[in-house]
Amino acid sequence: MTSTAPIIDARGVWKRFGGLAVLKGVDLSVAERELVFVIGPSGSGKSTFLRCLNRLEEPDDGSIQVDGIELLSPKTDINAARRRIGMVFQSFNLYPHMTARQNVMLALRKVLGQNKDQAATVAARALDRVGLAERMDHYPAQLSGGQQQRVAIARAIALEPRVMLFDEPTSALDPELVGGVLNVMRELRQDGMTMVVVSHEMAFAKAAADRVVFMADGQKLEEGPPAQIFEAPQHERTRAFIRQIDRH
Amino acid sequence: MEDFLFAFLNWDIVTQAWPILWRGFAYTLALSAMTVPLGLAGGVALALLATSGPWWVRLLAAGWTDFFRAIPPLVLLVFLYAGLPFAGIDVGAWGAVALGFLLNTGSYYGEVLRAGIESVPRGQMEAARSTGLTRGQALAHVVLPQAVRNVLPDLVSNTLEVVKLTSIASVVALPELLFQARQAQNATYNATPIVAAAIAYFLLLWPLVRLVSRLENRAMAGR
Repeated sequence: MTSTAPIIDARGVWKRFGGLAVLKGVDLSVAERELVFVIGPSGSGKSTFLRCLNRLEEPDDGSIQVDGIELLSPKTDINAARRRIGMVFQSFNLYPHMTARQNVMLALRKVLGQNKDQAATVAARALDRVGLAERMDHYPAQLSGGQQQRVAIARAIALEPRVMLFDEPTSALDPELVGGVLNVMRELRQDGMTMVVVSHEMAFAKAAADRVVFMADGQKLEEGPPAQIFEAPQHERTRAFIRQIDRH
Repeated sequence: MEDFLFAFLNWDIVTQAWPILWRGFAYTLALSAMTVPLGLAGGVALALLATSGPWWVRLLAAGWTDFFRAIPPLVLLVFLYAGLPFAGIDVGAWGAVALGFLLNTGSYYGEVLRAGIESVPRGQMEAARSTGLTRGQALAHVVLPQAVRNVLPDLVSNTLEVVKLTSIASVVALPELLFQARQAQNATYNATPIVAAAIAYFLLLWPLVRLVSRLENRAMAGR
């Protein structure tokens, strides 16, 4: 880990849905170029926490700084902040009425204010980066799940974000399509992208993650290098969880 | 048979009544050109309020929609034209029609569009917002195009009803097609003008009817 200030610094994040506390004071700081994996049983609050990091979910308490921006301050322009925070969803969420290229171009034009030609060029480059240069003019329905997810990654990285959030990016994919998406993520990592990944792809975590965070019941129970979390977890809940997913 | 032809398909009557019918047709066209866009605009506004406002705005929009769908449009129109002047507000015949259709037709379009917006998965809005688009941009470029596409057959069906409903404008002294046809019928003691008016409506609306069934076929094929 580097000694510079963290690029993501979340402290004491609380989130309640009705009377139910889903996040109970979660802290997480992520250094630049770091890849952090967040694992935990369903209902642990890991996806909710990730969605707090770009304020798709509004935390009830705590503070979140991303790239020096106080995310929860009322003075913050959240739309400007979100340019620096890319997000990839479990269900891809591509715009079905637009081609792959148009999907990438929309925010380039409307958020960054690029003209059509600029946006088309940048979009083509982003799609090339995820290996889909040839499928640019296809609609999402004409693409496989893995290709759709790679378009979704292109849509996010085209804005040149400072951090990328991945919310179970391979959970909705058939097993044979997972590899292509993980390859793209691996390349992003090699290019120095800071990434927070909620996922159960253990092999990928072991190979690529700098740190693994284990969450349960809305709290961070344990964190450490992948070897420690997977081979010698300290907490009983972590041990039980690792045993369970290892069986798959 | 000859009597039938004389009473219903009488070419002499058509040529005599033609100028009156044509003026009525022009009124119907103008009324449609005014009421359909107004209704659509009101419908989009209502649908947006009903789906993305705070809870009390959503409730208000729902109540508004229910109210103006339940009131017979003819009653509404008469009230706006003949009732409002007693309150010191005289909107005139065209104003009454515009307002009446905005309220009535807007509510119907609003209900259709609300269903359309609700048919678009939440993830679409979230994905758009996550790239920095404002709520308005996300609605305009991502949610509404999909919403309209999902309910296009219903929107077109509703539009057909609106065009036919413009015939009630005659109660506020706007001589649209059906009114003119009835005038001609009374003047000639012959039903041919009514038949001619029906044919005119048919020619105006038939392309839209065809469009609906084509869209429905496409929607079925897409499934």
